[in-house]
Amino acid sequence: MHLILFLIFAGFCLAGAVNLLLQTHPINSALSLIVVMSSLAVLYLLLGAEFLAIAQIIVYAGAVMVLFTFVVMLLNVGEEEKTHGSKVAKIVGFPAIFVFFSVITTVLLEAQRRLDMLKMGGIQLSDAMTTIRELSQVLFTDMLLPFELTSVLILIAILGAVALARKEGHS
Amino acid sequence: MSIFWIFLLLSILKVVVVLVIFLTSVAYTVLLERKLVGRIQNRWGPSRVGPFGLLQPLVDGAKLFLKEDMIPAGVYTPLYLLAPLIALGCSLLSIAVIPFGEPIVWHGVRLFEIADLNVGLLIILGVTSISVYGIALAGWSSNNKYSLLGALRSSAQMISYELALGLSLVGIVLRTGSLSLTEIVRVQNVHGIASWNLFGGGQFIAFLIYLTAAYAETNRAPFDLPEAETELTGGYHTEYSSMKFAMFFMAEYGNMITVGCVATLLFLGGWGSLMGDLIPPPQNFFLHAVMPIVWFVAKVFGFLFLYIWVRGTLPRFRYDQLMGYGWKYLVPVAMLNIVGTSLAMAVFP
Repeated sequence: MHLILFLIFAGFCLAGAVNLLLQTHPINSALSLIVVMSSLAVLYLLLGAEFLAIAQIIVYAGAVMVLFTFVVMLLNVGEEEKTHGSKVAKIVGFPAIFVFFSVITTVLLEAQRRLDMLKMGGIQLSDAMTTIRELSQVLFTDMLLPFELTSVLILIAILGAVALARKEGHS
Repeated sequence: MSIFWIFLLLSILKVVVVLVIFLTSVAYTVLLERKLVGRIQNRWGPSRVGPFGLLQPLVDGAKLFLKEDMIPAGVYTPLYLLAPLIALGCSLLSIAVIPFGEPIVWHGVRLFEIADLNVGLLIILGVTSISVYGIALAGWSSNNKYSLLGALRSSAQMISYELALGLSLVGIVLRTGSLSLTEIVRVQNVHGIASWNLFGGGQFIAFLIYLTAAYAETNRAPFDLPEAETELTGGYHTEYSSMKFAMFFMAEYGNMITVGCVATLLFLGGWGSLMGDLIPPPQNFFLHAVMPIVWFVAKVFGFLFLYIWVRGTLPRFRYDQLMGYGWKYLVPVAMLNIVGTSLAMAVFP
């Protein structure tokens, strides 16, 4: 059952990602990205990470992509114009991507061989944090510094956006 | 039969039963609204079809079904067709995590809830955040200025009020220590009405914020700017006819019912009676199973009544008032509510 669901949603995910690149209209690309995000959420769910899955839906598929589509609609962006593309990107890009993915795959396969098949980073799948209590325990004790640093980072980004958008001379 | 097949069959059965009841209540909520708004405006409302106009939803449905289904020239067809599906789908989706009655288990399956999840509350928020797409895409793909303006207003409004909506629920999660809706209701029924989140839980302000934000999320009066007739003719569904229009219509009323169910679960003690666990549950199995559902339905009905009452009496907001109210009042007050609840919990653990 898990395998069937995994195959279906991994397929959706890949199809969405390819469609994202092939579509010429920004709205279609944005919608494909939503399909990718949502299928990823289902994959998280299959791994037993309920909270992560629903956070993925709320934050990415819900908030971020709504803003994307909102901006596309507001500016009424038209079809993408085809250019010939740069030669350098074609000559260097494809081999570089190939090497990049090969390295990542090798590392992952190596790690998987060393660890037990059922273990992900030394944690049993059934140990996944499901209750909000356990999650907050980790977030606000062990991971407090990275958590707070991330919040500060986001705050800086917000302040930057406000500073950029503010019109001089307007009160 | 193996456990898996029993589980699958019972789940499908539950989905079918809940969908039928849900869609019927959607139809009758429309009638309730027309009747009540009629009485508020000192007229009768629909009264010709069937006794007291009770068959009106059937003829309304038949009328919409038989109308010509037009696809205007110049629309972006794939998204134009997809948008009402997204709207209705999201509206039907969140009812799946709502528990309607006591957690009675039969053959390893919860009887009165389609899916019992640890993150039920977050799923409802997630579906709410997705449902913006239905309206946004409808407006954009229609290739009509009124539709686009309605859709833009709606997206901005829903994004803004989602924040206040989510923040108003943090107090409850703090008090319960869980995101499971069953657990939230269980905590509220310990001392009957005195321990409901609305009263004993001290979430009165959160309830008002939730109420306001929920009206805005469902695009209902006094926040129905996305479809303000006087300015936008019909708003995002101007170009839709026949069943596609009906789907938006059903989605709106379905959202109303879902919001009512969530408010009941979170603030009004769910399926618990006024006495809650103070009196022992009845020995009769039938009473034990059915009475909670009666309480639940009564509370949701009260909420729907309030919805329609507000629509019948309050004038529409202006757009800048709507945005200012959401960002300058609701969000800060919701944050203060979180701080207050945390302090209260720290002082009186």
